[in-house]
Amino acid sequence: MSTYLIRRLIYLAFQALAVATVVFLLLRLVPGDPVRATLGQTATPEQVAEVRGQLGLDQPLIQQYGEWMGNLVRGDLGTAITSARPVSLDVGLRIGNTLELIVLSTVVALAVGIPLGVIAALRSNKVTDYALGSLAMLGLSLPSFVVGTVLLLIFALWLGWLPESRYVPWGESPLGHLRTVVLPVLTLAAPFAAVVMRMTRSSMLEVVRKDYVRTARAKGLGSWAITMRHALRNALAPVLSISGLEVVSLFGNTVLVEIIFSWPGLSSLLFDGVTQRDYPVVQGVVLVIAALVMLVNLIVDVAYGVLDPRIRNS
Amino acid sequence: MTHSLEARTKEETVESRASLRGRIVRNRILRSPRVMIPAVFLVLVTLVSVAAPLIAPQSPTELAAQPLLPPSTAHLLGTDDFGRDVLSRLVYAGRISIGVAGVSVFAATVVGVSLGLLAGYYRGWVETLIMRAMDLVLSFPTIVLAIAIVAALGASVRNVIIVIAIIYTPQFARVVHGATLSVRDADYVEAARSIGAGDLRILRTAVLPNVLAPILVQVSLSLGIAILVETGLSFLGLGAQPPTPSWGNMVSDARPFMEFYPWLLIAPAATIGLTILALNTLGDGLRDALDPRMGGAGS
Repeated sequence: MSTYLIRRLIYLAFQALAVATVVFLLLRLVPGDPVRATLGQTATPEQVAEVRGQLGLDQPLIQQYGEWMGNLVRGDLGTAITSARPVSLDVGLRIGNTLELIVLSTVVALAVGIPLGVIAALRSNKVTDYALGSLAMLGLSLPSFVVGTVLLLIFALWLGWLPESRYVPWGESPLGHLRTVVLPVLTLAAPFAAVVMRMTRSSMLEVVRKDYVRTARAKGLGSWAITMRHALRNALAPVLSISGLEVVSLFGNTVLVEIIFSWPGLSSLLFDGVTQRDYPVVQGVVLVIAALVMLVNLIVDVAYGVLDPRIRNS
Repeated sequence: MTHSLEARTKEETVESRASLRGRIVRNRILRSPRVMIPAVFLVLVTLVSVAAPLIAPQSPTELAAQPLLPPSTAHLLGTDDFGRDVLSRLVYAGRISIGVAGVSVFAATVVGVSLGLLAGYYRGWVETLIMRAMDLVLSFPTIVLAIAIVAALGASVRNVIIVIAIIYTPQFARVVHGATLSVRDADYVEAARSIGAGDLRILRTAVLPNVLAPILVQVSLSLGIAILVETGLSFLGLGAQPPTPSWGNMVSDARPFMEFYPWLLIAPAATIGLTILALNTLGDGLRDALDPRMGGAGS
């Protein structure tokens, strides 16, 4: 296990280096001058030159790259052009809000998706299975910005059950906070739960044909014990790996969901950076999100190795 | 000489068996409602979008009537906050959403399939280089990468096409890479090589036809996701710029008015949902029809 972990960590280091390099190059090799774009056409050449100097953009590319990497190692993501605040400060203030949405949506998606997948598998090719399958297909096909907007319209604007879009911090009112969390989490969890359900179903159907399940049945175990202890446990490995992919796409979907629900997270910081063409903000947030994604992948791979000895020995 | 003759006969039997299987699969596809219903729907949506100038009752940008009229015989889906006909905008918007998805997925297919074939066929450092680069692209969440690239290039329809093509190339490379690995050592590839066929010919005649099924499924699913990304970017104001309508920016334009004028939201939202639903159902249906392990008289 430890060699597997070490090999995985070395890979992670290379990946992190590559990702940091791509993010660095992305905003420097594109045509156009980001500083000119940020300051607008009215800025004098002197003002542009001054900001370029502050950002170190007047230095050779290789020297900029060295500084970028050196700063990253110290946790410095640069300074925003528009607000003149350190990017890492704003990232630090908002990262928790984004992670809250991601963790809650993951929990909800697994808690809904796995049991429904088991039910669909046990009732395979019956009405329940078809109904659940259609529901899952719907969940997969509706984009999160459509689901979020429609939920907002129905539950906040028309029925008035839930607040429209004013974010309430936990410290201010825990109940009020929970009420603001419901709609974004439902929106994010819907496609995730659909994927988990489909994977649990097909994986269960695959597993129940295996010898060890037949053996368990031959031993005279009840069908509940077989389903839970022998089939489900083995069926969960593919569910785990697809969940890893889904958590990664949650980071993408939160961008849209945070904007729809005015949620003060990383993604709305990214969006503001894009609309104001504040490229230190954009590259800082993209890098942090990419780092979180790499971390998720690492956790999934390690969990996979723990579940399945064949992986870590390969 | 005899060896090459033998190889040739072997290749021919394989070919005729393949064409028989092709016929069985084709029949299975044509008889599957899960393939045909969404396919017909998608053809209709595409035709309506292509023929938008002939079908749309009004211009999509003309301020033709009073703002925020409810649906009526004059305006089947009502009018928006500028007094533009919602149905006309919806029809024209399809050109952007479907056009962007089509062009970008086509580009991703061509590049991704080529890279996947090269990686799977030649192995070695070519494979390592290509597949690691693909992994790198995949290590960013789709929308975040799209936003970062659009932020760098500027918001426009052309850039959205470039972004989606970049994002979906690795998916095709992966699918084709895996499929190529599984056929590269097959007898018929060996046979083709032994009669002296060049690499390009082998890839084209022996490998590519055998990886077509997974490519087809991937195209269908990718089109669905491409529409998702395009509409998402337009929703954020990073895609088609006003007054050009796209299904995504129609949803975001509807938001301030949706409480009292919900038809503004329902029309584009339902269109996006149904189109992606059709593409996903088609992808699922094709996968089941093309998979020889799934029921039927196949294989």
